[in-house]
Amino acid sequence: MEISSRHRPLALLVFVVAAQVLLIAFQVRHTDRGRRDVPLVRYWAASLITPIERAGTWTLSKIGGVWTGYVAVRSTRDENVRLRTENDQLKLRNRELETQATEAERLVALTNFRQAHPESPMIGAQVIGSSAPMMGAQIIGASADPSSHTMFINRGERDHIRRNMAVITPDGIVGKIVEVFPSTSQVLLISDKESGVGALFADSRTHGVVKGNGDPEPRMDYIVNDEKVQIGEEIITSGEDRIFPKGLLVGTVMDAKAATPFQLIRVKPAARLDRLEDVLVLLTMQELNLKKAEEAPAGVPATGTSSSQPAASSQGAKPAVPQP
Amino acid sequence: MFNTGMQSDTNVEVHKYYGGTIIGAAILALVMQAFLHKFGHWSEMIELPLLVTIYFGVSRRNPVSGLFLGAAIGILQDALSHDNPIGLYGIAKTLVGYLASSVGAKIDTEHPISRFGLVFVLFHFHQAVLAITQRALLSRPAPIFNLHLFLSSIVSAGFAVLLFALLDRLRKPH
Repeated sequence: MEISSRHRPLALLVFVVAAQVLLIAFQVRHTDRGRRDVPLVRYWAASLITPIERAGTWTLSKIGGVWTGYVAVRSTRDENVRLRTENDQLKLRNRELETQATEAERLVALTNFRQAHPESPMIGAQVIGSSAPMMGAQIIGASADPSSHTMFINRGERDHIRRNMAVITPDGIVGKIVEVFPSTSQVLLISDKESGVGALFADSRTHGVVKGNGDPEPRMDYIVNDEKVQIGEEIITSGEDRIFPKGLLVGTVMDAKAATPFQLIRVKPAARLDRLEDVLVLLTMQELNLKKAEEAPAGVPATGTSSSQPAASSQGAKPAVPQP
Repeated sequence: MFNTGMQSDTNVEVHKYYGGTIIGAAILALVMQAFLHKFGHWSEMIELPLLVTIYFGVSRRNPVSGLFLGAAIGILQDALSHDNPIGLYGIAKTLVGYLASSVGAKIDTEHPISRFGLVFVLFHFHQAVLAITQRALLSRPAPIFNLHLFLSSIVSAGFAVLLFALLDRLRKPH
């Protein structure tokens, strides 16, 4: 840029004055309302540069906002798809882990139960433990007949399952083995109308029979009307049926009504019969006797099966020798 | 040589001085200014460096040399002061030197009345620039015009008429 000779003195004047202003700015310190003073030239430089920087930052932020808000939507959509997929996978994984945790809880409950009943003869030591034979089994199906309360388990003759073995859960009894196949077995639930379990009230120790009637709730039968029955009272096995060991929880009293000739008592099963998944099969001492009973003429009461007589009728039966 | 009216650039005479005259006069003015302070506050009414700047500015009639002379004298004056930042008087005298040279190139300033008027005006201009610079850069309260400054400008202008006549003797003869 060439300056004309006419304006050269003026330009020189501006230059010299500006140089001296700058010279002063280097010497003088700026104090703003008691704040720490800074060299005036630095204050000027900051005052000059800051608005430019602010404008630049504002412009860049706006451009960046446009980019991230509009232009980069495509990548956001891709990321959203990826996150959705990942979320679905995590949900599946979470469900899987929850299932495993639930299964672990069940197994812990089974183990605790076995440890709490070391005297109970159980088979399947390789499954649960070595001291008490107990076999864990899984419910694999149910009866096709809606009126028949039976289940199929994944243990059969190959697993040394025999008829009339007790099937229980840590919550309470479930039923007994009624049919044995090579690899599966059929379980008759205590709610089936063909089922009967020798039982007694945990508090009053009054004996009776828990009989199925096809409803979800079986009945406690053979309790005279004079007997006071408390709602919620626990009912446990009496051991008289020679299938279930004594003291296992059967259920609780839902309601009791006077009837003829015995009270009409509905029992809420302790085991959740409608949501069974894992069960335990116990070795009973009654197998041979039951076989004998089945072979016996009709009319002879058989403990643990549907009977018009109380299970206590077999109370005097001679204890059988355990099946080896 | 004696002109009182407006003259064109070509008709205004440019005076020349012996070597070292301008520098010597400027240094002497600065020394005298410092020396006069010993004699009381009345000496503050006369600012010899300003008068020297005005005189040689209008005599040389060259804005470039005028502004450099003013800058040099002003910076030296700042350097000799106690707490003035270098450049405070420099800026004011740079502008005064430039203005005096520019005015001297337009009009003849040989007449005592015009010299008196020129010094009077440039004194207040110098003071205005000084006050504005102090306010803007140093945040110091400085008066642009008051009675003391008015009296100072009268005294300085009157003294300048005498001083300029004395300095005229240092010119090279034509």
